[in-house]
Amino acid sequence: MIRLQGLTKYYGANAALRDVDLDVAEGTSVALWGHNGAGKTTVIRALLGLVRYEGTATVDGHDCTSDGVSVRSLIGHVPQELTFHEHLTVAETVDFSRSLRQVDATRAMEVLEVVGLHEELKKPTGALSGGMRQRLAIALALLADPPVLLLDEPTSNLDAHAREQMVHLLQSLRERCTLLLTTHHAGEVGLLADEVVYLEDGEVRFTCAPSELDARVGVPSRLHLTLDTAFVDPALAALTSSGIAARRNGTGVIVEAHGAARGRALSVVIGAGIDIDDVEVWR
Amino acid sequence: MTRWDTTLAVARLELQDAARNKWLWAMTVGFGLLATALTLVGVDGARTVGAGGFGRTASSLVALSQMMVPLLGLTLGASAIGNARENGSMRFLLTHPVRRSDILVGIGLGLVGACWAAMLTGFGVAALVSSATGTPVPAGVVLALTALSALLATAMATIGVAIGASTRRGSTALGVAVFAWLLLVFVGDLGIMGSALAVRLPVGALFFSVVANPVEAYRLLAVPLFAGSLDVLGPAGTYAIDTLGGATAPLGIAVLALWIWVPARLALRRFERTDF
Repeated sequence: MIRLQGLTKYYGANAALRDVDLDVAEGTSVALWGHNGAGKTTVIRALLGLVRYEGTATVDGHDCTSDGVSVRSLIGHVPQELTFHEHLTVAETVDFSRSLRQVDATRAMEVLEVVGLHEELKKPTGALSGGMRQRLAIALALLADPPVLLLDEPTSNLDAHAREQMVHLLQSLRERCTLLLTTHHAGEVGLLADEVVYLEDGEVRFTCAPSELDARVGVPSRLHLTLDTAFVDPALAALTSSGIAARRNGTGVIVEAHGAARGRALSVVIGAGIDIDDVEVWR
Repeated sequence: MTRWDTTLAVARLELQDAARNKWLWAMTVGFGLLATALTLVGVDGARTVGAGGFGRTASSLVALSQMMVPLLGLTLGASAIGNARENGSMRFLLTHPVRRSDILVGIGLGLVGACWAAMLTGFGVAALVSSATGTPVPAGVVLALTALSALLATAMATIGVAIGASTRRGSTALGVAVFAWLLLVFVGDLGIMGSALAVRLPVGALFFSVVANPVEAYRLLAVPLFAGSLDVLGPAGTYAIDTLGGATAPLGIAVLALWIWVPARLALRRFERTDF
């Protein structure tokens, strides 16, 4: 569905992308992973025809440069920077977008309900919170029910609860869309992607399964265990005696552990007879 | 949806943006106030010395338009693209399944519409004030002046858009637009006159050098509407009457049309090749 061959992009003398090859099969979901400036957003901008490049980029066989209108009609896009015409209301913004995408008003209301913005129609987009802007961007991306979604940090402006809802929504879209996403949340990669492409300095370093990402790049992560105060010291003792680095953090314990080591840490704490109230992975 | 529908949708959006532009409002109010003041002075002059009637007012309005319309068109056109690029709203537009050329033409049409609205306000106020004070307003002259000013506004907004499409930042585009305004309205005219004196430029070359400036082309077209003749423009005017006769007006319109077509082509070319 999405094919990049030898994609190269320079900004002046700086290479944003070097000879990037990528194939995203129809119905699959691929996450682009890498540090800031690795070239993830440039890949998405190339597919949208926002930047000129060397090499080839196609979506469903349509060339992104010479047949950009056809390509963009197949794509729903959630940008990293959420900018709309600030004076337009939510309803006016959706109306404008749906007029260019030839979508009827009923469908527009459907997607606004899906993202929970149907009661904010009269609000100017300039007055929306970061989370609401993200929801609006997702609504606009879904308007034409596109077969391809390009998501550039789709949950970056959402709080934990909203992020969870959004991940659920995106998971449901995986069944009928081809997804190409960038994210800094390693947890989301596991939930949303079939495959991870690791970019560094504009080059594809490797491709792996989401479960292998931690091991391949050593994604820094910590396990946070929320415990009853009385259990904090016993938990710390059990962990350190098992050779697992841990420290106190308020009413909980932070465990420095990656990948499988996190499971081992949990086993140690549970094995010591300690009840765990909550578990979070911090990255 | 046809390409024309797309262009109109973008033009409407640009008009909505322009309607919230404080600079546009300031220029509109300024133009309206100055047009009113000039009309009142013109009417008063006509009463005391019996000269000119609406012709005196029209002469002042042409001088006002020569200054204000280019300033408005150039600055509005130049800042539109740069600002949209900087605040990210251009990227929002470009991710839709539409051609870049349709978007740029839509933006241009919206800006031209905004300039026309500002200018019509000025001329409308002047015509109303003139009528209210008992000075007859020749509808034909007012309509012709308005149409010519609209043509000048279109040329200036197009040049402004070309400047905006050729620069990376809105502030740079605005600086270049103000420089272009100074060049077209003041420096160009003085420079040509200076050159003519220094190198003894033949009157024909002087005439065509002057008329190549869209602002002067506008003056060439507007002055005969109320003065009846180009004599008031001095040697260049006399040359135009003697050499070109009835072809003067088509020449002026052709110059303004070229100042719309060439910058529009340049803007499209630059816009198509820009990274967003």
